[in-house]
Amino acid sequence: MKTRSTFFRKTKDSLMRAFSGFATSMALVLMAWVIFTIVREGHSSISAELFLNASKPFGEVGGGIANALLGTVMITAGAAALALPPALAAGIWLAEFGKDSLLARAARFTVNVMMGVPSVIVGLFAYGVLVTTTGHFSGFAGSFALAILMFPVVVRTTEDQFSGIGDALRESLLALGASRARSTLTVIWRAARSGVVTGVLLAVARVSGETAPLLFTALFADTWPTSYFSGPTPSAPVLITSYTMDSPFESMHRIGWSAALAMAVILLAVNITARYFGAKRAAKRK
Amino acid sequence: MQKKKNKIETKRLNFFYGDHQALFDNDLSIEANKITAVIGPSGCGKSTHLRVYNRIFELHRGQRAEGEVFIDGKDILDPGIDLLDLRRRVGMIFQKPTPFPMSVFDNVAYPIRLHFKASQKEIAERVENALRGAALWDEVKDKLRESGQALSGGQQQRLCIARAIAAEPEILLMDEPTSAIDPVGTLKIEELMDRLRERFTIVIVTHNMQQASRISDTTAFFYKGSIVEVGPTKLIFTNPRNKLTEDYVSGRFG
Repeated sequence: MKTRSTFFRKTKDSLMRAFSGFATSMALVLMAWVIFTIVREGHSSISAELFLNASKPFGEVGGGIANALLGTVMITAGAAALALPPALAAGIWLAEFGKDSLLARAARFTVNVMMGVPSVIVGLFAYGVLVTTTGHFSGFAGSFALAILMFPVVVRTTEDQFSGIGDALRESLLALGASRARSTLTVIWRAARSGVVTGVLLAVARVSGETAPLLFTALFADTWPTSYFSGPTPSAPVLITSYTMDSPFESMHRIGWSAALAMAVILLAVNITARYFGAKRAAKRK
Repeated sequence: MQKKKNKIETKRLNFFYGDHQALFDNDLSIEANKITAVIGPSGCGKSTHLRVYNRIFELHRGQRAEGEVFIDGKDILDPGIDLLDLRRRVGMIFQKPTPFPMSVFDNVAYPIRLHFKASQKEIAERVENALRGAALWDEVKDKLRESGQALSGGQQQRLCIARAIAAEPEILLMDEPTSAIDPVGTLKIEELMDRLRERFTIVIVTHNMQQASRISDTTAFFYKGSIVEVGPTKLIFTNPRNKLTEDYVSGRFG
């Protein structure tokens, strides 16, 4: 039999490789562009005062972003506290016990749908059930909205991590006489832990930048976030939006960009931490 | 009448994966403190048969066993049986070593903490005994705190054996325990099994006919879910009664 010429195969190979290399560098270029722009616009008004003082009302000179950053931490932490326990439990249940049962399939479908719900709708929902009913905006209502956004992501990651563990480990635990619950909570959890932590950190980072749901719920305040449960609570995303979009003052635009820079640095740190955990796990598997 | 020395006896054991029947009327007696090898071509049901003895198959939906499996005269397929206690008494070693993601020490201590009320000191003693019993102590005594997953494949498998015997079982089921292990590691595990037969009743599923003939006292030949022939290993390999057995042990198919 005649062999096929290798010329065209080699050419195709190099074309394909050049194309994927190009596409990959596009992602890097975009990221670099975003970071470059934020740094260029935001670095000039970075100062110690910015991170020590609360923001001031429109028109007043000076003021910082510390209250907004603290508010974002509180709202995000509140969201994590609300979403993580049920999301982890649901993810574990789906992977370990629900499997292909009717309830599990219904839950999985619901979770997928939830992932696709736009955040503005979730914000409106939280507004309807927690703001109009109580008569006031609150940081907690914001946490509630972000929790709804976080929940399906964490369920999916948890389920993926637990299903990724082969049945060999499960069988060897059962074969020793361990119960399902005990083996799941001790050994299987240990094996899945770092992957779950990575996923949770990414989900937390993701929702901490959400703006739309907070406009309906936490709103904003030029005060320290002292009334998380009962009043408007400042947050970085809302500060960025209103300072850069709604204000006529150049000094406020600068502060808005600085807040964006601060958020970007914090989120990058969280992402790198998450990747670090993931990498440690990959190294262990080898 | 049951012979007294039989540790395990299956009677008309049938097994189903959903609608697919994988075992047909298996009758098998396994003597105490002997090594019984289960051989046969791929897909003949030998692993399936073994996995009934500790009911591990129940992890998977749609798998079910019918018939009777007596261990010490008690039918373990009885729904009233205490599964956790059954599995303490019937240990299992799998094809691929499955060290838990924890230290060597904690791997072996796991079943001890699970089943016994033991002080820290007693746990440490039992861990050492189990590791010695699995011929691993000398190799790991200086790295008890290191991850069990950092050991070599053969060491990992002996760690799993140590972990299994730490539960103080009476029976050890081994499902192709050396098929993922290199020759040197395999040799060590075979030597170990030879010593373990004094304390345990061992049933080993193996693809490797040399292994079966080297280590086992009794051999059962499975074909298409049925037990074709059972007998003393020497006879099975030198003078089988059944033509199928003869063809298989002489390497004519498989």
